[in-house]
Amino acid sequence: MTNSDKNRLKDKAFQVFGIFCTFIGIVVLGVFLVDIIIEGAKRIDWDFLTSLPSRRASRAGILTAWAGTLWILVLTAVIAFPIGIATGVYLEEYSKKGRLANILEINIANLAGVPSIIYGLLGLELFVRQMRLGGSLLAGALTLSLLILPIIIVTTREAIKAVPRSIRDGSFALGASKWQTTWHQVLPASFGGILTGIILALSRAVGEAAPLIVIGALAYVPFVPGTPMDEFTVLPIQIFNWTSRPQADFLVNAAAAIIILLAITFVLNGIAVYLRNRQQKKVKW
Amino acid sequence: MSAVITVLITIGIIWVLLSESVAFFREVSIVEFLTEKEWTPLFADKRFGILPLVAGTFLTTAIAIAVALPLGLTIAVYLNEYAHARLKQVVKPMLEVLATIPTVVYGFFALTVVTPFLQKIIPGLAGFNALSAGIVMGIMIIPMISSLSEDAISAVPRSLREAAYGMGSTRLQTAFGVMVPAASSGIVVSVILAISRAVGETMIVAIAAGQQPRLTLNPLVPIETITTYIVQVSLGDVPHGSLEYRTIFAAGITLFVFTFALNNISFWIKKKYQEKYD
Repeated sequence: MTNSDKNRLKDKAFQVFGIFCTFIGIVVLGVFLVDIIIEGAKRIDWDFLTSLPSRRASRAGILTAWAGTLWILVLTAVIAFPIGIATGVYLEEYSKKGRLANILEINIANLAGVPSIIYGLLGLELFVRQMRLGGSLLAGALTLSLLILPIIIVTTREAIKAVPRSIRDGSFALGASKWQTTWHQVLPASFGGILTGIILALSRAVGEAAPLIVIGALAYVPFVPGTPMDEFTVLPIQIFNWTSRPQADFLVNAAAAIIILLAITFVLNGIAVYLRNRQQKKVKW
Repeated sequence: MSAVITVLITIGIIWVLLSESVAFFREVSIVEFLTEKEWTPLFADKRFGILPLVAGTFLTTAIAIAVALPLGLTIAVYLNEYAHARLKQVVKPMLEVLATIPTVVYGFFALTVVTPFLQKIIPGLAGFNALSAGIVMGIMIIPMISSLSEDAISAVPRSLREAAYGMGSTRLQTAFGVMVPAASSGIVVSVILAISRAVGETMIVAIAAGQQPRLTLNPLVPIETITTYIVQVSLGDVPHGSLEYRTIFAAGITLFVFTFALNNISFWIKKKYQEKYD
């Protein structure tokens, strides 16, 4: 066997290994999803969705958990949406590229890397203790807003960056002010991209359990929250709670709740991907 | 104005962590915190040595990287140098689904699928252990390493690849002799970010790794990570302002220091070696 034969063989071997590695992740994902669905699907029915939590696994439902998740989603969006977009627009359109902008940029990158549980500690001290919100929906939504703010800012900036110079110049040439240009031209043009970022950020927030556990969200809430000041639970916490119980019946419940949670996450991500693809097709500058 | 909010958040994080930790370190010396080998703040006999928690965190992170680095890097190289463009288009988003799954779901997976499976192979494996948690965490961060490394590799100019082929190199030689070294700074950045992510990951370890702080590198027994400890205390009824309450901020600042350092190193590498070829 000559040297080049050997090299060719190694090349082929790596190709096989590469295929193996690429598909192992996908296979694991597939095995996992199928396992969860087999395990949990039998538990999902109307009662499961509309029952209150219970100490008896067969009677426990996720009504309060998904109601809490919905509340948190809406509140977080309402809080994080304006602040995130405003920051992104400011950084991209108004701020002077200098030392300060540089510091802000490093800072945002750093914030995106802070573990979510640290945001929980921040929320605990700031919202729960100092602002005396307790373990309420509002405290949870504020905490999650801080968590997803960096994602929204970064994607807003990317979306605005994609709007070509000529649009702005055209607007300025017609005598529009900076504000008018941003509000009537740049923002509408980049709206698809911004929306994509927000939905991705929200899908991240839906799956978070750690920061909400830290601020004191409960696993057992026997009522559906009615106002932002009520105590709450969310799906990930309900899953965590059921997973850490010894009885096997609760694991089935956890699997069923996971199916619901994954459905929400995948739908949100699907919308984001759809929006991104449509955006890419439609916009030809 | 609102840009200032991001700075305020950072200051808020540091201020909250510091102010509570300072109160903690008034009662517990930093030397004890850093050198004591036991962590039992919730017991009658209180010991405040962070080392067992750091060891647990290090152990799960090391396992996760040991899983994700070879797999992620191989995937990146394979998709870039070998796979058809169409395969890449299909496979990449599928892999990225891995990153969107909530971590509490991964924890469930580690506890109910991976641990029982491993117990068949390794008889002495405990129900809660660092191994399953680490492996599953590794699977979770594969897309992080593969995506970022792939971006780095595809940013290497075509001319380098063509020069390697021109010299008669095989794809393998081109990939690992030329492309990977040329993209090494980007790959290192992806790995550091993955480490930082693994250090701060909470729900997988809270569910699957156990709650027993111990100073060990044995992946087969229950351990406790910094993040798990914070969750454990948060679930209990610890009165506000007590020493036990402050331990979570001391643990939190330790975690923050680790991840902050890692993120800054990666940022620094990125800035320093960026656009080397342009």
